[in-house]
Amino acid sequence: MRAFAPIAAVVALLALVPLIAPSNAVLNFMVATLLIALVGQGWNLLGGYGGQYSFGQAAFFGTGAYATAILQVQYGVNAWLGFLLGIAAGAAIGAVIGALTFRAGLKGSYFALVTLAFAEVLRILASVAPITGAGVGILIKLDLRPEAFQFQSRAPFYWIILAFVGASLVLIRIIENSRFGAYLVALRENEDAAKALGVDTTRVKIAAMTLSAAITAAGGCFYAQYFLFLDAAIAYGPWVSVEALLAPIIGGIGTVFGPLLGALVVKTLGELTKLVTGSAPGLDLVIYGGVLVAVVAFAPGGIAGLLSTIRALVRRFVPERRHG
Amino acid sequence: MADALLHVDNVSIRFGGLLAVNGASFTAEAGRITALIGPNGAGKTTLFSIISGFLRPTEGHIVYDGVDITGEPPHRLARRAIARTFQIVQPFAQLTVRENIAVGAHLARPARADALAAAGDVARAVGLDERLDQPAYALTVAGRKRLELARALAIEPRLLLLDEVLAGLNPSEVRDMVPVIRAISERGVTIVMIEHVMQAVMSLAEQVFVLSEGRVIAEGAPRAIVGDPRVVEAYLGHGAASRMAGAGHG
Repeated sequence: MRAFAPIAAVVALLALVPLIAPSNAVLNFMVATLLIALVGQGWNLLGGYGGQYSFGQAAFFGTGAYATAILQVQYGVNAWLGFLLGIAAGAAIGAVIGALTFRAGLKGSYFALVTLAFAEVLRILASVAPITGAGVGILIKLDLRPEAFQFQSRAPFYWIILAFVGASLVLIRIIENSRFGAYLVALRENEDAAKALGVDTTRVKIAAMTLSAAITAAGGCFYAQYFLFLDAAIAYGPWVSVEALLAPIIGGIGTVFGPLLGALVVKTLGELTKLVTGSAPGLDLVIYGGVLVAVVAFAPGGIAGLLSTIRALVRRFVPERRHG
Repeated sequence: MADALLHVDNVSIRFGGLLAVNGASFTAEAGRITALIGPNGAGKTTLFSIISGFLRPTEGHIVYDGVDITGEPPHRLARRAIARTFQIVQPFAQLTVRENIAVGAHLARPARADALAAAGDVARAVGLDERLDQPAYALTVAGRKRLELARALAIEPRLLLLDEVLAGLNPSEVRDMVPVIRAISERGVTIVMIEHVMQAVMSLAEQVFVLSEGRVIAEGAPRAIVGDPRVVEAYLGHGAASRMAGAGHG
């Protein structure tokens, strides 16, 4: 249980935000941040723990989002059920792309490029297919009832996305302490050595990609319910894939809290940029790029890595009082 | 005579124009230590990669415990209790020694706590128990060789393929390691070892096969093998054996 105490503390603290600062601006900002934390946690499972760098998380995000929206709009499915089916659809796409790429033995930049290609193909398909509303996009009807997964105020949305982030943190912590997690990290460190010790590396990678896709798809489903509008550039756009990997890399790759820390930093920087520059489009991406370069060059462990380095230094140089 | 646990039958592998292993056959008897020696480039490590499933032979068969396992992938062979070490050590660098060994121990133990506990026991058997919580990248060469051995042992092998676990060690480290290998053998594990450190081969192996240019050119007890003129020529060049004999008599 001790392993889960920090997660409980962080989630409890974040749950107080709507009570302390109930303004729409703050809640919008925090919802966007937690959304990226969730989407990034999906990337972190496959990329951070498994060493398989996907550039195409948008494929899962968009599939979750579109499934949720289309099931409601076209088939009259209940929003909550649509949400669950959206997660399942994202996971299914993850399993298919995972099976195709990992069975073909794709690694490193080849794997990254092919995942990017899948996301782009889905984006182009979504921008022409009638079922997704093609170029016009898809609008979920306003229906402000909890049964329809729509709320009068922002606060319930905030608590729901927080619950998802909390669940993803718990899931990653459980994986860290499991055989599956040990196998995943082992194949990241050395795939041949893992094989020689009985790890079916292809299967483990496909399983990780399926879970990763499910987590990221949950973010997409939430996006659809929160904004009630989707088009191909939003759902399958490269912005999702970029933010999904920025957050964990900046926050600390392969750590439980990395994506959440990184999302807070990335989103805060984004807001600050907007304050300084007005709304020059794309400038936030320039800032993200700069931060990414700085992290990779000076703190490859991200913020989480930096924090543990500082803690180790403090322990080394500050003499413990009880010995003095 | 003991039963053969491993039978390598007329195995060849071709990489483009290069015939790296050329109709090699040998047998490893259950519970014994068999050594595979030969000059650099003879195809020893390639043969190990074939036995452990990393390479598929162009021709020939690998029979293990009476079953033809040719072409089975490495993870399935590990489940059949075949373990290998790598000549160039392949640690999980960012993980601790305990976590490294636990990956192997997980094969028979789904629970994390059980695998970590078993890793501690294995580490004691190879003399790594003092370093359990160090990251693998912080180990010395000798430490990394022990870690290779420990991870392989953690899957509880019946057949253990050791690829130069003594290479790069100084003489005192070799002296420390030889009893560790002997103890593994005495617990009933069948060992096939590729080794250049002849002092260790002489003291450990019961049967030696000599590989040269992809084929087995000689086999026998260690004492007999070192005097075999074909073996001397494989290492020192054509005519070396007769020149040495001439020098000895002259």
